[in-house]
Amino acid sequence: MGVAKFVVRRCAVGVLTIFVVSLLVFVLTRVLGDPAAAILGPRARQPEVLSAKRSELGLDRSLVSQYGEWLRGLISGEPGNSYIDGRPIRDDMLSRVGNSMVLMAVAAILAVPLSILIGVRAAVRRDRLFDSVTNVATLVLVALPEFLIAILLLMAFSIGVFEFLPATSSVRGDVRPWNDLDGMILPSITMALLAVPYVVRSMRASMMEVLDSDYVAAARMNQLSSRQVVWHQAWPNALPPTLQVIALSLTYIAGGAVVVEAVFNYPGIGTGLVEAITTHDVPVVQFIAMFISSLFVACNVAADVGTVLLTPRLRTRLT
Amino acid sequence: MNVAGNTRARRRRRQGPLRRALRLRRVKIGLVLVTGVVLIAALGPLLAPLGATEYVGRPNTARVAGAILGTDHLGQDVWSRFLLGGRSILVIASVATAIGVLVGAATGALAAAHGGLVDQWIMRGVDVTLAVPPILLALVAMTTLGPEPWLITAAVALVTAPRVARVSYGAATVVVERDFVEVSDRIGETRWYVMTRDVLPNISGALLVEAGIRLTYAVAIVASLAFLGFTTGTNEANWAAMVQENRAAFAVQPWGVLVPTAAIVALTLGAGLITDGIARTTAGAASMGER
Repeated sequence: MGVAKFVVRRCAVGVLTIFVVSLLVFVLTRVLGDPAAAILGPRARQPEVLSAKRSELGLDRSLVSQYGEWLRGLISGEPGNSYIDGRPIRDDMLSRVGNSMVLMAVAAILAVPLSILIGVRAAVRRDRLFDSVTNVATLVLVALPEFLIAILLLMAFSIGVFEFLPATSSVRGDVRPWNDLDGMILPSITMALLAVPYVVRSMRASMMEVLDSDYVAAARMNQLSSRQVVWHQAWPNALPPTLQVIALSLTYIAGGAVVVEAVFNYPGIGTGLVEAITTHDVPVVQFIAMFISSLFVACNVAADVGTVLLTPRLRTRLT
Repeated sequence: MNVAGNTRARRRRRQGPLRRALRLRRVKIGLVLVTGVVLIAALGPLLAPLGATEYVGRPNTARVAGAILGTDHLGQDVWSRFLLGGRSILVIASVATAIGVLVGAATGALAAAHGGLVDQWIMRGVDVTLAVPPILLALVAMTTLGPEPWLITAAVALVTAPRVARVSYGAATVVVERDFVEVSDRIGETRWYVMTRDVLPNISGALLVEAGIRLTYAVAIVASLAFLGFTTGTNEANWAAMVQENRAAFAVQPWGVLVPTAAIVALTLGAGLITDGIARTTAGAASMGER
């Protein structure tokens, strides 16, 4: 099996996975309970009101045709109408997806170089103060739930000790996130911190392995300064094993977006999802769930493909 | 890997690491933290001076007669709500983890023992459930039915099971290929006997560690759901919900946020310290190094 064939097959598995996830999302949102009854609340006890609502929302048709129509809509870029006001959700979803992607991108851009630097330095200063502090910090970040990291940052920088960053994002409607940079600082730092510990640990481990290797010892004997050895010779070789962890850690950023956005009231898909679940707006929930899952699967596929392409040992095993 | 070395490694993993982990300082600190929080959550409801929804004084006030930690956003006693607020998180997380670990362990071991098509189908199913972020799956499940206790439990169990299944599958495939399992099979023991007497005891160490990790994540998911407003009862006392309810008044009445935050930090961080210690002793200095 050649590399191209491997890539195609891995992508096909990804598409298939997203298809099965769509079944799961449909079952959880449409089959598990009755959206019409959820929206009506106590009024759902009147049978005629309930059946009117059901036919208004198109819930009286067979589940198979509803699923088919929903899937066709998703693929053609028409995710349907809101159950609350009946209007198409497309434009609102597009702007939310845009806002969230900006936030995730900023978080990733912050997280990746920073964690590589920290990881390399921790490996170089093995068992010294910097390494121990890094070790404790990564442990704390891995252990705490996302919303607590956000709350602790808020307490430190916004409502508690220092009061200079806004507690909630003021990005609304027509204001795009890049026009309200202050409101993006804490959410993007929080989301970056979700990925940092994993990349730091992986980078530290692979860097230590490289530093122990023969060619680094040889470079040292050739009178190269320690700085030169680390930054010119060693770290590029320590990077490939970490790339898979980086791609996977991007999924933590994507998944963490749900909670972190809600904490800061950032107008992206995370906040939209929580609002839509509270109001039982099924099409919005379905769209956002599918979007985040697809992003998740895409990161996983990228991690696998990237690892194989960058590791000659694995590449040759394919044939 | 040769059989003798494999067995020795297994045996060491089964008895040694937990005891060795107990000697690590981080594990001791973790145990103290977790035990403390669990005691507060379990015994707190017996000690709470007031009810969760009793009005004691002006909302968001730090100094109120009869309320040590002041009042919350609705004028309720912060101290009482703190003592009452841990139980539901811990109960739901524990029950969900227990179900998830049992189902996951059985599924993974079954797939490994069966092999062939059954194996393929089960593990493909596991991969699909892993393609959805846990918190997302739990949230989506509540779209039409709302935050029912059984639904939160089922959703958390649903995200726990496939992750445990992976570990159980990985550990069981190694065991299934070993000689004594084949012997049991040859002398005509039933599949149930082979599973419970031969396979299960040999993967229980790995499963125990995994169960600890899963419990920590379950607590995090249940707490996150409560923070987002999905608690099992209206205005129920709940640590994570308290953080959300009282954060707007943090500047004037910090206790309503600080105390529940400290409890969740102690619980999750303590569990993290324990798992980290066990991971260190289990991995072994020689083969795995740092994790």
